[in-house]
Amino acid sequence: MDRFLDQFFNLEVMAKYLPDVAAGFVVTIQLALSVIVTGLTLGLALAVIRAFQIRPVNWLIILFVDLFRALPPLVILIIFYFGLPFIGLTMSAFVISWLVLAFVLASFAEEIYWAGITSVNRGQWEASRSTGLGFTQTLFYVVIPQAIRMTIPPLTNRTIAITKNTALASVVTVEEMLTVAQTSLAYAANTSPLTMAAVGYLLIFFPLTMASRWVESRYAWKR
Amino acid sequence: MAQTTAAPRYVVEAYDIHKSFGDFEALKGVNLTVAPQELVFIIGPSGSGKSTMLRCCNLLEQPSRGVVKITGEEITHRGVDINKVRQRIGMVFQQFNLYPHMSALGNVSLALRKVKKMARSEAEDRAHAALTRVGLDDKAGNHPTELSGGQQQRVAIARAIAMEPDVILFDEPTSALDPELVGSVLEVMRELRESGMTMVVVSHEMRFARDAADRVIFMDGGLVVEEGTPERVFTDARSDRLKAFLTSVTGH
Repeated sequence: MDRFLDQFFNLEVMAKYLPDVAAGFVVTIQLALSVIVTGLTLGLALAVIRAFQIRPVNWLIILFVDLFRALPPLVILIIFYFGLPFIGLTMSAFVISWLVLAFVLASFAEEIYWAGITSVNRGQWEASRSTGLGFTQTLFYVVIPQAIRMTIPPLTNRTIAITKNTALASVVTVEEMLTVAQTSLAYAANTSPLTMAAVGYLLIFFPLTMASRWVESRYAWKR
Repeated sequence: MAQTTAAPRYVVEAYDIHKSFGDFEALKGVNLTVAPQELVFIIGPSGSGKSTMLRCCNLLEQPSRGVVKITGEEITHRGVDINKVRQRIGMVFQQFNLYPHMSALGNVSLALRKVKKMARSEAEDRAHAALTRVGLDDKAGNHPTELSGGQQQRVAIARAIAMEPDVILFDEPTSALDPELVGSVLEVMRELRESGMTMVVVSHEMRFARDAADRVIFMDGGLVVEEGTPERVFTDARSDRLKAFLTSVTGH
């Protein structure tokens, strides 16, 4: 038991590496928030554009979405990180990690929003259009609010699953929490920094799930 | 009423309306004219095309052929701003189709704000007035799920009348209601009729048709088979199809 505590909860090691892990924690939070905000927004934008049913545009959206859903995020990350400089695009590892994860989240989110939009009853469209609201107005005032409310639970799941991939950014040298924790672990020959990182992830994701539950209940209506 | 210049002879005119869904011909050349303040009832067996006909009047269904005019203005014409026309045609649906994410007040005021571009306060005043007319202003803050079916349908009627349309189309407004809730909806429709609203009603409420309608149209197989005063249609059926239909609905 003592050895276990020493291995995972060594206070000395923790105190020593806390500043480093905390710095990584900040990077992870920045990355996570950027990914969530841009990913969910882009996903919604794509779903909205798709609702206008412009054939060639829809093909492009579906191609984008299917690509980013099919490929493992790590593969995309590596392709972007090593490939983009060849076409003259040099971005920091942080920006690339952010873009890749945002695109992946946007792709899954688009499909979820789209499912929500198509599952809104046809009668809602008809009622709204019968009062003189146009297609776009109906989409924004009647259909999308209902679609979003229906899709909060699956969206939360996806958001958490994909945002956890911020750890992948370690592969492209972003100094996020897991990178720092692993480096510290190697230096200290002790896994306590990883324990701190684990606590860090809980600190990020517990509030996220709680926020989503709150949003869900706040906007729920019986069906 | 939104009538401005000389009142038109007809509020709704539909001529030679055809509508096909794939190979199925739902309407085979139907004419319908509705005079101002008239209540026209359309009856017929299911699949007769009566709902399709009603939905052609505000182009929720685009007729395959034929002309629809609202207060003399042809709306089946290319280039007509259908959203503008639909402001003048209210519609009430079998399934109410209230917006579940909005209160009754929000349901009634949405089109006032976004289509008629009224300020929120003005739109809400008008929505309250419409809800008062259907006897539900005390439910203005309630969401549809908190209302009974009959109350939901009355809110849907308020949503239609708030726009002050030239005509309201009712598509089986009581068919989804429990029997004990039908009366309150019919009562609101009766009051509307007395206030001079032009109405086209597709419904199976034969008793209501008998004492409220000006004219009854019997459709079958995508065609108008008979039409006339309620008295004439209900007591002096001439075609076998109408006789058979009346027997089936009244159960004699």
